[in-house]
Amino acid sequence: MFNHPRIIQTTCPYCGVGCGISATVNEAHHAVKIAGDQTHPANTGRLCSKGSALGDTLDLNSRLLNPHINGHPVSWTTALDTVANTFKDTLERYGPDSIAIYGSGQLLTEDYYVANKLMKGFIGSANMDTNSRLCMSSSVAGHKRAFGSDTVPGCYDDFEQADLMILIGSNAAWCHPVIFQRIRAAKLANPELKIVVIDPRRTATCELADLHLPVASGSDATLFNGLLCYLSQQNILNQNYIVQHTEGFENALHSAELSAPSVADVAAQCHLTAADVQCFYDWFSDTEKVLSLYSQGINQSSSGTDKVNAIINCHLATGRIGHPGMGPFSLTGQPNAMGGREVGGLAHQLAAHMDFSNPSDIERVARFWNTDNIATKPGLPAVDLFNAMAEGQIKAVWIMGTNPVVSLPNADHIKRALERCDFVVVSDCIAQTDTTAYADVLLPALGWSEKDGTVTNSERRISRQRALFKPAGNAKADWWIITQVAQRMGFGTAFNYQQPSDIFREHAALSGFENNAEHGLRDFNISALATIDQPTYEALEPIQWPVTSSQPKGTARLFGDGQYFTPSGKAQFIAVTPRSAVNLPNEDYPLILNTGRLRDQWHTMTRTALSAKLNQHSPEPFVEIHPNDAENTGLKANALAVLETQWGTMLARVTITESQQVGNLFVPMHWTEQYASQGRMGALVNPAVDPISKQPESKHTPVRIKPFQAVWQGFILSREELSLSDVDYVVKIKGGDYVRYELAGQGLASSWLEALKEYLINDRTEEYHWQTYQDASQGVYRAALFVDAVLTTVIFIAANHHLPERHWLIGLFAKNSLELSERMALLTGRVPVGTEDTGKTVCACFNIGEKILLKAIKDKQLKTPQEVGHCLKAGTNCGSCISEIKALLG
Amino acid sequence: MAGMRTVEEVLRADPNKYEITVFGAEPYANYNRIMLSSVLSGEKKLEDIFINDRAWYQQHNITLHTGADKTVVSIDRQLRQVVTQDGTVAEYDRLLISTGSKAVLADIPGKSLTGVLSFRDIADVQSMLSYSQTHQKAVILGGGLLGLEAANGLALRGMNVTVIHNNAVLLNRQMDQHASKILQEELEQKGLTFKMATKVKQLVGDEMGHIKAVHFANGDTLDCDLFIMAIGVRPNIKLAKAAGLYCEKGIVVNDTLQSYDPRIYAVGECIQHRGETFGLVAPLYEQAKVCANHLTEHGVAQYLTLPTATKLKVTGINLFSMGDFIGDESSETIQFTDSDLSIYKKLIIKANKLVGAVLYGDTRDSFWYQELLESEQSIADIRAGLIFGKAYV
Repeated sequence: MFNHPRIIQTTCPYCGVGCGISATVNEAHHAVKIAGDQTHPANTGRLCSKGSALGDTLDLNSRLLNPHINGHPVSWTTALDTVANTFKDTLERYGPDSIAIYGSGQLLTEDYYVANKLMKGFIGSANMDTNSRLCMSSSVAGHKRAFGSDTVPGCYDDFEQADLMILIGSNAAWCHPVIFQRIRAAKLANPELKIVVIDPRRTATCELADLHLPVASGSDATLFNGLLCYLSQQNILNQNYIVQHTEGFENALHSAELSAPSVADVAAQCHLTAADVQCFYDWFSDTEKVLSLYSQGINQSSSGTDKVNAIINCHLATGRIGHPGMGPFSLTGQPNAMGGREVGGLAHQLAAHMDFSNPSDIERVARFWNTDNIATKPGLPAVDLFNAMAEGQIKAVWIMGTNPVVSLPNADHIKRALERCDFVVVSDCIAQTDTTAYADVLLPALGWSEKDGTVTNSERRISRQRALFKPAGNAKADWWIITQVAQRMGFGTAFNYQQPSDIFREHAALSGFENNAEHGLRDFNISALATIDQPTYEALEPIQWPVTSSQPKGTARLFGDGQYFTPSGKAQFIAVTPRSAVNLPNEDYPLILNTGRLRDQWHTMTRTALSAKLNQHSPEPFVEIHPNDAENTGLKANALAVLETQWGTMLARVTITESQQVGNLFVPMHWTEQYASQGRMGALVNPAVDPISKQPESKHTPVRIKPFQAVWQGFILSREELSLSDVDYVVKIKGGDYVRYELAGQGLASSWLEALKEYLINDRTEEYHWQTYQDASQGVYRAALFVDAVLTTVIFIAANHHLPERHWLIGLFAKNSLELSERMALLTGRVPVGTEDTGKTVCACFNIGEKILLKAIKDKQLKTPQEVGHCLKAGTNCGSCISEIKALLG
Repeated sequence: MAGMRTVEEVLRADPNKYEITVFGAEPYANYNRIMLSSVLSGEKKLEDIFINDRAWYQQHNITLHTGADKTVVSIDRQLRQVVTQDGTVAEYDRLLISTGSKAVLADIPGKSLTGVLSFRDIADVQSMLSYSQTHQKAVILGGGLLGLEAANGLALRGMNVTVIHNNAVLLNRQMDQHASKILQEELEQKGLTFKMATKVKQLVGDEMGHIKAVHFANGDTLDCDLFIMAIGVRPNIKLAKAAGLYCEKGIVVNDTLQSYDPRIYAVGECIQHRGETFGLVAPLYEQAKVCANHLTEHGVAQYLTLPTATKLKVTGINLFSMGDFIGDESSETIQFTDSDLSIYKKLIIKANKLVGAVLYGDTRDSFWYQELLESEQSIADIRAGLIFGKAYV
């Protein structure tokens, strides 16, 4: 069959910006050319490095392609029967709360919907939580408290209309790069636009900042309480709005005044200069169109919900919400965190922005689903869920498209919980993750390029993710897998879906079901899409909810009319008393650990680490530390460090930078055991959570750091993946033609190397040769393996971290054969030095070439071999070249 | 060679100081003995290796006596004269002895058979060449420099050559085991056969008294038409000893190359200086310089033996060693190998100084290493690139 390239419009599977992608698909080569979709409103053609590299991640080698039970491939029938029967047994023996689903903001809305429906509607427990708990739940809770609904009021178009943008706890430059590009463009177009970045770190985002406030870790609520006071003191309040559209202002202001009465006080508490605080407050006071963009720096805190509300309070107090260019704006982390919230994917939610706090909601959903087995109380949020699992209360868990062994706090505890759990099902598109290692049953899910459904981005925009390829191997859509299990558990009539659009219609119908003044209005309403037919669904253009009969083209902004979804219809001020982090630095753990994303990796790297390009930016897990702290702890740049908290340990490469505050450390969140032997930051993070949102405090854990006492350090570049043992630190970095391993060990380097060399040539039938270099007393060992004359592996080991740059060596792996000069320079790790062309060697004793001799004979007018010998030494040792010298003289 | 080099140095320093007479037992003016291997292999012609022809002697007013008749048979130190085989007498104010060395002959039954030769002078080379034209099977006793060069030369001349070595390591005085192994492999590829760590029991001759086989201690036998003894040299001190000069292994000289008789100097392979005797060319030339300095009464130079460097003159094989290339517990080793390119390099470091080296396959930087060794400079700062050569430091 002849394959023409097809162009398919789809959505990026990474962050919450939700960029449209125009994919040119070459099915024959299982290849795709990625470009930004010019017509998608979220990005209008822009893409970031991760999105652009999606074509590199389609490799099938790492994919899970068949169902497995206890590590052995099985048929779908066997796998599905096993899951359904075990769930049914568990349900009968231990009741609904012994079962749990842990989902992901990577699931499509349709997948999410059926998972949530199965768990909450039919198994009958709300023990369905998702990794959005780690990411957005403080925003959800803050929205809910203030607006009575989980609503992002504004939209991306506001970026171009704002005159002041405040980024709080958001490194948008790396985490939401296309939004950052939009902000950069907005700033270029509008020089009046001011940008304030509030972040303990001086991140890449600060590049655009007119003002960077490096707040003390966790002091954001004080800063915004101070702002509320200041607005009050300066009479900037919108009294009209406060009176007509809000409640609770007095209490909120009172709390603010108690905690943050003056600029000087705020500056002292937040470790800022009074002038900077004053400047920020003045800009906020003077600017009507102000947007507050916030992200994990706010959310991932034990007082994250309060911080969200402290920000929202300032917008409500000035009435700056619901209109172009203004408002609080939560930047979601994941591609479909918003979609997950729509379906009710968090344990305290039920469905379609209804939850367990309202009995009529429960009754309504039960009626809609036609079930008498609906859960009636909130389930366990992520941290509690895995705690319950560790205590033996959760007997069966189904983890979908996420990697909690890496991403949850106190992640070593998650391993213990999964070990304790009788029955662990993991559906994923990747075969080997830190979490699949604990699965009893592995179910192969579709990857991004095969999925079909919808996602919702940070601005409430629903976009289609479309399949580019047929499913790989025996992989199946998540919705299909869940539906099959539901049918086998006996819930068939409620799960009789044939395609994603069947689910979408039901989801849309539920959003509009009894969503009216009589039964109570809900913000999430896409009822206009409830009757969408398959071709229309197929062609669905990106659209922002609500999508109703009165707003059939979607809704850019909410709350412009000052009407909220609270019982009173008024927005709620929340009185915020700033709290410090749950676990504070102490004598044993004197520093504060902060965690976050990198520019070129996504979550637990299961996909981005497949791209050689993306792995170049930050190849290894690292820790950023201020120079003063580095000096105090004896850390050297680029050396390895051990980080220890009360909960776990991690090894990381030291980066000394003044962008860190004294007393703070930063580590990236991405590395897993698949790519780094001891690089999981999740093991370090304290399991403290926000009492309301239950979101973990991932950005504040007391920590100590010290040099890692490696006996040796090194790296390997190899054309083949290696299985390395007896080494304390291994980081695997996939390159184009090679895999790079960064290593450190505490054993004997020489014997480790000998064992490795043995392993590398074991069972090789091809002709192979070694090049080796060693200076044992300096701890230097290097080796290169040539197989059939092709450079296959290089190994560099040193007693410290002073190893050659990898770049030139990496370049050699792109070649089929090496020049002799390259080969002779190989184990220097340096580009061959341009040696002077001295001509054919004449005097071998003193290594004198013909060209040197001829030049000397001419320049110095030498006449005899003796004169030549006096001048150049040539011919004065063994004398065998004298006749040749004579010939040259002649 | 050392003697005539001394003469050249004397002429350069003070051409009119002495009236010079030279006696040589071989029937030629002086030639470069080191190049005999190249003559044997055919890479050089005999005339290429002469250093000074008879015209040169005339030009410098040197009386030259050569040939067996002119072999000096005695020195009369009282009368300060030397007497040759044919009774020629020459008086001296200063006498320079440069009688070189003699090949050591293994004490094996059959060693006097025809076809058993050493490899020492032009006559030996000429015999070997004529054998190569009429015979097939050559056996070399001794896997040292001379033995391997003889073996290579004869192989190039078309003979089947077997090298017998009493040690398991070829060139064990110049190479370590690793280098030796590569060398052996490469020479085997060139067609040489080796019998390592083997002892010869006796040489067996035919009815004409010509060698025909080698019998080994382990019972093996090997057909043989030409047997070359190349197990080493010892200083030729017969004349000096007879004259009553103090000798041990060689003629004992001080740092000015002066023997126990202040009028008699000695240089080259016949001497013993500070307990050492000599077999390679580099120190000989240095001795010549120092000796000439004293003969011309400049009287400032002092001879010190520096670690010497070795090269094997076998085309296509580059090897080099110098100094202490084995090392001990107080030394450190830097090593580089490339099995495909047959490259092996080893440097021995002591207290941050280079004290020895073995280079096999890539000897481009040998002179640089020699300079580093002789200058005793610290290599601490250039250590990382040291083994990769001068270009990498």
